[in-house]
Amino acid sequence: MVPFNLLVAVCLAYVCLLFLVAFAAERGARRGKVRWLRGPLVYTLSLSIYCTAWTFYGAVGYAARSGLEFVTIYLGPTLVLVGWWGLLRKLVRIGRVHRITSIADLISSRYGKSNLLGVLVTIIAVVAATPYIALQLQSVALSVQVFALGGLPGARGDSHITALWVAMGLAVFTVLFGTRNLAADERHHGIVMAIAVEAVVKLVALISVGVFVVWGLAGGWGGVFDRLGQSTMADWPLVPARWAGLTFVAGAAVLTLPRMFQVLVVENSDETHLATAAWAFPAYLFAMSLFVLPIAVVGLDMMPKGANPDLFVLTLPLSQGAGGLAMLAFLGGFSSATSMVIVASIALATMVSNHIVAPLWLGLGAPKLKSRGQAGRIGADAADVRGVVLMARRLSVLGILAMGYAYYHLAGGGVALSAIGLISFVGVVQILPAMLGGLFWRGATARGAALGLVSGFAVWLYTLYLPSYGAAGLLSASVITDGPWGIGWLRPGALFGVSGLDPLLHCVVWSLLLNTTAFLLGSLLSFPSPVERMQGLAFVNVFEQNNPSADWARGGPEAEDLLALSQGILGADAAQTFFHAEAAAQGKAGFLPDTTPRFLEALERRLAGAVGAATAHAMLMQVAEGAGVSVQDLMAVASEAQQILEYSSRLEAQSEELARTARALGEANEKLTQLSIQKDAFLSQISHELRTPMTSIRAFSEILMEGGHAAADQARYAGIIHEETARLTRLLDDLLDLSVLENRTAQLRIAPANLHDLIERAVQVAGTTRPDRRFLIRRDEAAEHVAIFTDADRLVQVLINLMSNARKYCDADRPELRIQVRPRGQRVTIDIIDNGSGIPRKAQAIVFEKFVRLTDTARAGGAGLGLAICREIMENLGGTIVYLPGQGGAAFRLSLPLRRSLTVAA
Amino acid sequence: MTRQVLLIEDEANIAEAIRFVLTRDGWSVTTHADGADALDRIRVLRPDVLVLDVMLPGRSGFEILTDLRADPDLAALPVLVLTARGQDRERDAALAAGATRFLPKPFGNADLVATVRSLDPGAADPERA
Repeated sequence: MVPFNLLVAVCLAYVCLLFLVAFAAERGARRGKVRWLRGPLVYTLSLSIYCTAWTFYGAVGYAARSGLEFVTIYLGPTLVLVGWWGLLRKLVRIGRVHRITSIADLISSRYGKSNLLGVLVTIIAVVAATPYIALQLQSVALSVQVFALGGLPGARGDSHITALWVAMGLAVFTVLFGTRNLAADERHHGIVMAIAVEAVVKLVALISVGVFVVWGLAGGWGGVFDRLGQSTMADWPLVPARWAGLTFVAGAAVLTLPRMFQVLVVENSDETHLATAAWAFPAYLFAMSLFVLPIAVVGLDMMPKGANPDLFVLTLPLSQGAGGLAMLAFLGGFSSATSMVIVASIALATMVSNHIVAPLWLGLGAPKLKSRGQAGRIGADAADVRGVVLMARRLSVLGILAMGYAYYHLAGGGVALSAIGLISFVGVVQILPAMLGGLFWRGATARGAALGLVSGFAVWLYTLYLPSYGAAGLLSASVITDGPWGIGWLRPGALFGVSGLDPLLHCVVWSLLLNTTAFLLGSLLSFPSPVERMQGLAFVNVFEQNNPSADWARGGPEAEDLLALSQGILGADAAQTFFHAEAAAQGKAGFLPDTTPRFLEALERRLAGAVGAATAHAMLMQVAEGAGVSVQDLMAVASEAQQILEYSSRLEAQSEELARTARALGEANEKLTQLSIQKDAFLSQISHELRTPMTSIRAFSEILMEGGHAAADQARYAGIIHEETARLTRLLDDLLDLSVLENRTAQLRIAPANLHDLIERAVQVAGTTRPDRRFLIRRDEAAEHVAIFTDADRLVQVLINLMSNARKYCDADRPELRIQVRPRGQRVTIDIIDNGSGIPRKAQAIVFEKFVRLTDTARAGGAGLGLAICREIMENLGGTIVYLPGQGGAAFRLSLPLRRSLTVAA
Repeated sequence: MTRQVLLIEDEANIAEAIRFVLTRDGWSVTTHADGADALDRIRVLRPDVLVLDVMLPGRSGFEILTDLRADPDLAALPVLVLTARGQDRERDAALAAGATRFLPKPFGNADLVATVRSLDPGAADPERA
């Protein structure tokens, strides 16, 4: 029995060793010792993260439960590496040429730098990886528990706590090493080296246990086969469909698992390493699988019934008292788990930060990189990007591990390791159609890829992932047994009524069938965008091209701005080195190369290595305002279109305004014409009013000049001349008065007065007009005692005019004049109403106009200016005069303020 | 035979002055002050010369003149138009409406008499001279 504390100490020591290895590798890489670090051997060993705790512990359990079927998990990758070497080479080439940072980046880049696809793949990868990470936590927790509690079955009280500690420890390690800086090429020398070491540890551990079991316990291969013959394992039926399905899934997963993509493509430094890996990695897998069956067989034979076969690797040595070996086995399992979790969380965090956080930050987080010629500011912004991306990655690592732990917690930790692993595999395999289609079929489009991914992912979620939480998990038991809403053919385990299939196979068949169909149909029925076609061509024909993307046909951003941006993302040294090298390549000294398309392309790829293709493209575009299209560019294009729309609508508004101005001008012109006509009419009216009395005056003065008239006639003619002269004078007075009043230049003598006195005065004066007529004047004199502050003479002038008019025109037999005074708040109204026939309705509107005479000249005796003058006086006094219809006679209402303010009204 | 002048003028003083000078010249002068029934008066009276003011209550001189020229019986009647609106426009309008002669107010008495005389179709009549 190994003491628990010793176990913890060994673990810590091991982790410290990994730290040292990783640290040394990073330092070595910085010193240029990359050749050795990045040799084919390390590359092959790094691929071993395919062998996780699932392989280390789970394969034995798998073999114990299902016989040789576990072999499929090794068979798939072997077939891919040996048989489809060309595909891998193509992937690696594309990865290097396009600076692909993750599988999400690959899909996004291929389909027109579509960020939507990047997000989709990221989500699928994260969700699918969750059970896998849970699996690692579970295996470590189980193994720790075996040591701590002596492997007592059922005693797993604190396994969740253990898993939590493991998760946190791994998170810390990953954050420290995986996200320490933003590598330009997304390569992690230290991590890869550490993984290579772990690969060796787990291989040595498993082989040691195997040797111990075969030769130490079973007495050589003969003994193993004897036991095999006796055990039930030999009887396991070999189901061809399941074999084929599982082999396919495993083969596909090696291509689409984010962590595999990371080590296979992203961390690859030399295509030729693939040639080595193509035989060396299958060999490694073979070595890993060699002793699985013996350990399972012997374990089943020697361990007590009910012992967890997943832990035979550990419990067999323990049961034999081989503590050291058990410790080695533990470290092997620990290595398997940690390497997987570290790489997976780095890969996933890269995807999350590049495809979800950075685009969101670029889209929403205001700092615009647009303004050119502000190198300093751009540099600062770019530094922000760097900070944001790093922080996003750290948080993503924590989030992914938290999700893994949550799954472990929810799924109960009781499911066999291999089952959990397969759920993950089928999930990521959904990326395969979009990936292969993108690499080999130019007609594949983003829409097709998105449709395929969504449908495959949905089927996987529904038929495999959600049911994995158990009958009382996320899907209710009734949905699982009867289908949603009782619809039988929608049961997660038997879609479309196809029952009796193995659940895993059922999911694989349906999800990939729907996925591929949707992908093909979507691609055939949609038309790729120009960028998609360009990227499609670049990906499919990657080997024929040296210059895959020619986005930079146009555009010439300032090299200084680009340097500022790049320093922020790549770090000052790396950026300056890159710029210096590029400048030198162009035959220039200094750090600022010409921004040729070739240079921009290289720079974009370099930046893409750090922040992803779409984001790098967008960021450069923001600086360059050049050509090329990504989601952000499309958004920019859209906003540009928006601007054009706004511009044209502005133009429209302007032309509308012009039309309005023209209308206003027209109106003004019409008004002027009208005024001119009015002026002409006024002048001709004045001419008439002046010439008429002058005609009489001239005619009679000529007659008088002739002489020889009777004295009476002479007096009469002189009288006419006098009368007409007075009429002329009156007219001129009225005109002058009107002009002064209209121009508001009349001198007003505002003073306190009693309204009663004014009315009294007016009545007296008006009485001289046609004194022959007897008028009945009706007044309420008491009501007239209102103190007002106004120009008394002017007001009296208005009153006299109105009363005289009444005396002149009232046609009643017994004429009456009613005068009513009524205070209304701060104003007072004076109504002057006679009992005649009044003013015809049509004439009411013009009665206050100049030269309007409703009767013939003879009766009026004026030029028709009286009421016009009244209206002007009332306005000068801050009041109004209106005609009151329906009073049974001519009726006028004066309204004026009690206090006329001393300031002249406008 | 005394020649007949019909004067249509609403200003009483002007009508009196014109009546005075034309009567003194040997004309029989009839005055009428309203525009509305002026045409009836013309048809009844059948004057040799018509002196017509433009600004009349009821109906303007131009309207009366237009109707008058449209009436075959009266189309040849010589008409002197008087107006206090002294612009050329008024003169053109008067002649266009069918005025034989046009005199702006205020006029000289001698001008008026000479103009009316010149309008009389019987002026060449030696009997009158």
